[in-house]
Amino acid sequence: MSDFIGDWHALFVLLVAGVIPNQIWRLLGLWFGSGLDEGSDLLMWVKAVATAILAGVIAQILVQPPGALASVTWGLRYGAVVAGLAAFLASRRSIFAGVVCGEMVMLAGKWWLG
Amino acid sequence: MTLPPLDSPQWDGSLKAFAFGLRATSATILSVVLFVTFIGIGALAHDTHFSMLWAILSTVLVWAGPAQIILVSTLGSGQTILQSAIAVTMSAIRLFPMVVAVLPLIRGPNTKRRHLVLIAHFTAVTLWVECYRFLPHVPRERRIAFVHGLGSGLMAVALVATIIGYLLAANLSQTFGAAVLLLTPLAFLFSTLRNAKELADVLALGLGLVLYPVAAQLNSGVDILISGVVAGTIAFGAHKWRERREAA
Repeated sequence: MSDFIGDWHALFVLLVAGVIPNQIWRLLGLWFGSGLDEGSDLLMWVKAVATAILAGVIAQILVQPPGALASVTWGLRYGAVVAGLAAFLASRRSIFAGVVCGEMVMLAGKWWLG
Repeated sequence: MTLPPLDSPQWDGSLKAFAFGLRATSATILSVVLFVTFIGIGALAHDTHFSMLWAILSTVLVWAGPAQIILVSTLGSGQTILQSAIAVTMSAIRLFPMVVAVLPLIRGPNTKRRHLVLIAHFTAVTLWVECYRFLPHVPRERRIAFVHGLGSGLMAVALVATIIGYLLAANLSQTFGAAVLLLTPLAFLFSTLRNAKELADVLALGLGLVLYPVAAQLNSGVDILISGVVAGTIAFGAHKWRERREAA
């Protein structure tokens, strides 16, 4: 059971670093939402920075992979993403095609290289 | 899925509207994307040594895939609570315009703010997109119940996926464990690219991918923030520059 709960410190960190910094924006939207221009420059900039941060996280998982993903060589990790991207574009932006193709390339490569 | 006409007696009662909302989750490819994404999040939480309860609570209480991934990977790579909180809050700012855009679709003349709290919580990119698709076919006085059903359904999908992903990562061979972890970057890359409408979005994504490895050389502890602000600002600047050139 204690494995299921983990330690209380980590749950506290979840609240302080995860739940509160995230929910504050939903609450602000609920309270001060009316009369805000969705196309304003400030929101455009915020959206671009948020997208770039997400891109950074994607890159971080590929460059400094966690856990089992570290067992895949870097060439294969990047190759799988590039192959997935090609399938995504070739299939007129099907997320499903991109994900399946990327996974297949990674699994095939790993099986091939041993 | 086809919903009944707006004046149909099938819309009588909030419970029926809730059930329609719940069923609408089975009618969208985005549920599959959500499922795949949260399998990845569950697996990531396991491999960065968080507990199952932690993973479950993060899905229910944070309810934003990007924020959860940022939280897990920054804490997992040893950054401080403050650094994680800043990165999470930057990624969550986009929820503000989303909530602002969704609520007018749902609000009626007699709606009180407290009726909308749960809807604000459910609001994330998937619900946002689906509201635009489904709500024109839902009578206004049933929209709160419908969106409660839709949000509950999407969260149930994500919760089951989080648990499955966590268990898979704990029990799979190394190869399949790696495959599950690879789901996260693939699903996020392609769904962000699909939602990118402006040049600024595509540029921000591309530059963010390229600049992170450069920023990581700094080893500052806030590398993701640095590459994010720089890449996002360049993308925004390019967008404004093009806008002005087109206007001239």
